[in-house]
Order: sequence, then C-alpha cells, then structure tokens
Amino acid sequence: MAYNWNWGVFLQPTATGDESTYFGWMLYGFKMTIALSLSAWLIALAVGAVVGVLRTVPNKWLSGIATAYVEVFRNIPLLVQLFLWYFVIPELLPENLGNAFKQTNPILQQFLASMVCLALFTSARVAEQVRSGINSLPPGQKNAGLAMGFTLPQTYRHVMLPMAVRLIVPPLTSEFLNIFKNSAVCSTIGLLELAAQGRQLVDYTAQPYESFIAVTVAYLLINVVVMFGMRWVEGYVRVPGYIGGK
Amino acid sequence: MISMNKVSKHYGSFQVLTDCTTQVHKGEVIVVCGPSGSGKSTLIKCVNGLEPFQSGEIIVNGVSVGDPKTNLSKLRSTVGMVFQNFELFPHMSIIDNLCIAQIKVLGRSQEQAREKGHKLLDRVGLRAQAEKYPGQLSGGQQQRVAIARALAMDPICMLFDEPTSALDPEMVNEVLDVMTELAQEGMTMMCVTHEMGFARRVASRVIFMDQGRIVEDDSKEAFFEHARSERAQQFLAKILHH
Repeated sequence: MAYNWNWGVFLQPTATGDESTYFGWMLYGFKMTIALSLSAWLIALAVGAVVGVLRTVPNKWLSGIATAYVEVFRNIPLLVQLFLWYFVIPELLPENLGNAFKQTNPILQQFLASMVCLALFTSARVAEQVRSGINSLPPGQKNAGLAMGFTLPQTYRHVMLPMAVRLIVPPLTSEFLNIFKNSAVCSTIGLLELAAQGRQLVDYTAQPYESFIAVTVAYLLINVVVMFGMRWVEGYVRVPGYIGGK
Repeated sequence: MISMNKVSKHYGSFQVLTDCTTQVHKGEVIVVCGPSGSGKSTLIKCVNGLEPFQSGEIIVNGVSVGDPKTNLSKLRSTVGMVFQNFELFPHMSIIDNLCIAQIKVLGRSQEQAREKGHKLLDRVGLRAQAEKYPGQLSGGQQQRVAIARALAMDPICMLFDEPTSALDPEMVNEVLDVMTELAQEGMTMMCVTHEMGFARRVASRVIFMDQGRIVEDDSKEAFFEHARSERAQQFLAKILHH
C-alpha cells in the first residue's frame, strides 16, 4: 500500500494561516463536542426526568401530553430534527426573535440549534428510561408511601424516584454515551465539532488515516471516561442488601 | 371507629365488592378471611382510600373516605397499614424508614422521630438492626419493622393486609406475636389473614367474604363453632384440617 504515513502532520501549522496547528483544530473540535454534549445532556436529564414522571401520573391530561412529547421527539430522525431547529424554527419564531437569532454569531447559532436538538431528542429517551424505572418498582411501594400519609408528589420524591433513579443508572449510561456519538450529526449544519474537524483535516492535509484515527481515539477517550464515571455513580448509589448491592 | 355502609366497587363490568356493610369499634380486632379473589384485600384498601369505590360510604373516625373533599393524605397518616410484601423503602436504613414520615408528614424533629423510632424498634426486638438496610433483614424482621413504621405515626387504628402470607413458615410466629401483643394493648385492628390460630386467640369478630360480599360477620366463637353459610363451612373445613 502506497500510503505515506505522517503523524507529524498534527504539529504542522494549518494551511489557512490562522496561527493554529492541525492538532489545535482537533482540540477545538474535541472541546466543542464536549461542550455541546454536556450542555445538551444536562438539559436532557432535567426535561427527561420531568416528562418521564409525568408519563406515570394518574392525571390523563398530563400523562397524555408527556406521551405526545416523547413520541414526537423519538420518532423523527435526529438529522431531520437538526435541520428543523436550524433552518425552519428560526423562520417560525416571532419576527424580532427570529431576526435576533439570525444576527448572532453564526457559531453560536449552530451551537444553540445543535444543543436544543440533541437535548430534546435525548430527553425523550431519558423520559422513557425514567418511566420504565418507575414502572419497574413493586406497585406496593407507591401504596406504602401513600399509606404513610405522603401526598403523591412526596411519594415520588421520597419513595419512588430514589429507587427508580438507581435502577436506571445503567441504561442512562448508554444514553450519555449516545449523546456524544450523536453530536457528530451536528457537523452537517457546519458546527466544527470533532467529526467535522476530522473531515476538514482530510481536505487540507490529504492524510485521512491519521485524521480519522485521531478522531476515533478522541471519541473512545470521551466514552471511556463517561463509562468509568457512570460506573462510579452506580457504585456510589448502590443500596446495601438490594440486588447488586454490597 | 370504622363504619362501612353498602360499599360497592367494580373494575369495568367485574364486580369486586357488593354492598359491604360492617362496623369496627374502638379496641376491636376484626379478622377478615375468605378464599382468594373474594375481595378481602380490596375491602381493607378501601378503608384508607388506596382503592377507590363507586358507591356506598366509609367513615373513619368521623371522616368520609369517599368524599372528594377529604384530605386523604391526612386521613391515611392516622391509619397504619402493613402490607403482604412489607414495602419498606429499600434505599433507607431501618431507622430512616421509621423516621421519614414522622418528619415529613407529622413535622416532628429529627431527634423526636429517632427517639420514637428506637423505642418502637426496641418493642419489636430489632433495636440492633437500626442502621441496617431492609435488604439485609429476613422477611419476618422486615415485617416487624413495617409494623413499627406504621406505629411510629401513632395511628388510631391499624390495617393488616395478609401480613404473614409472604413469610417463610418459621417466621410467621414472630410477626403474629407482635400483632397479638398489639391487640392485647387495645389497638383497633382490621386484619386480612388466613391465620386462624391468631383469629381464635385475639379476634373480637371474624368477617368471612366470598365473591365480593360479606357472608359472615360474627363473633369468633359463633364463626368457628357454627358458621351459618355453607361456603364458610367449606372454607373452614379446608383450612382447619391442616
């Protein structure tokens, strides 16, 4: 195979004259991926927790709205959702709000659209995990909480959610890993995250192997850290004497 | 203390309870028995509003359970309940299981709640287990904790929903002993149970249910010596021969 390996390419200044090296580009993409995924994850957790709880409440209106929310965000391809958020929604906003969005820094526009898109897409999935966690509790737990004189919100707060959250740490780990991987889709609207920087490097240096190996290693690195972090969380919240407990 | 008048309940077209009427006076111990599916557990869960019912009336300590204006949480905090599967909160230590509702519902201080909790654990013989978690105790121990947890709220009466059915045979007695003691101290109790020995020892009255109806409601002597309905006689013949 006549391929000229050149790992030194990362140390070369870029051809655009922006006083960065190609490594600098990769680092920028790496940071962008992390900032985007983490901010989207926090929103997804908060929104997903609320929607997931609402799906299990007795009130038909609330659970119906929550179900509709989940189905909408779960059943439209992520890529389409991203285009909607980036190209369509700004046009549908009240005119002054839409214009304000279009006049901000283009990178910020890409970031915001990507963040909202990833956050809401993932929140629908988190909501499903939260719901299944609550539904997998023994039904008597809710009755036991209510029988003690807790109100329904107190029963959720003190009895059901603490156990449900523990049960769903493993599936949540998958969702957390997914959000980093899904963030690569955001390169399609021009956001210079890790995958986009990898492509850009190919265009400028004609060293695709080094470039994509570096991107692969960077994603793996992120996900190994997430996995160990979540494993620690799992151990930390483990209940003595319970399934999988000490 | 508890008065039921023509309570009926159905799930769709399936009738679970039909015109159930009875009274429980202060200090009485009522044992509710009957074949499975006869509506015993449903009946007892109607008393503290865990199961809604469509018609009839239940009055607990002067408060109507079915009235939409009733503050059910407040009512429930005065009625202790013990479940077949214990239903301790697995993520809390034993003592926290006893304290949480005292603090969050009754507004007691942490110290008051813990003192009360330790006293009750002492009473059910489990003081040494206070810092353990429910998953680390045996079934019998968990059920004794569950009784102590209900007592921590200073209930005016106690409901037991098959408290020994999920236990290994050797652990049944430790739970029945606690219940017997409680009955002898004058607690008003309504117990769904198949433990006829317990019924003979402490029951004031026995209610026998079949297909959602109260078929017998009589003193324990009358029930065990000469049950009137054929269904109750069959039931007794089956379970007493073992």
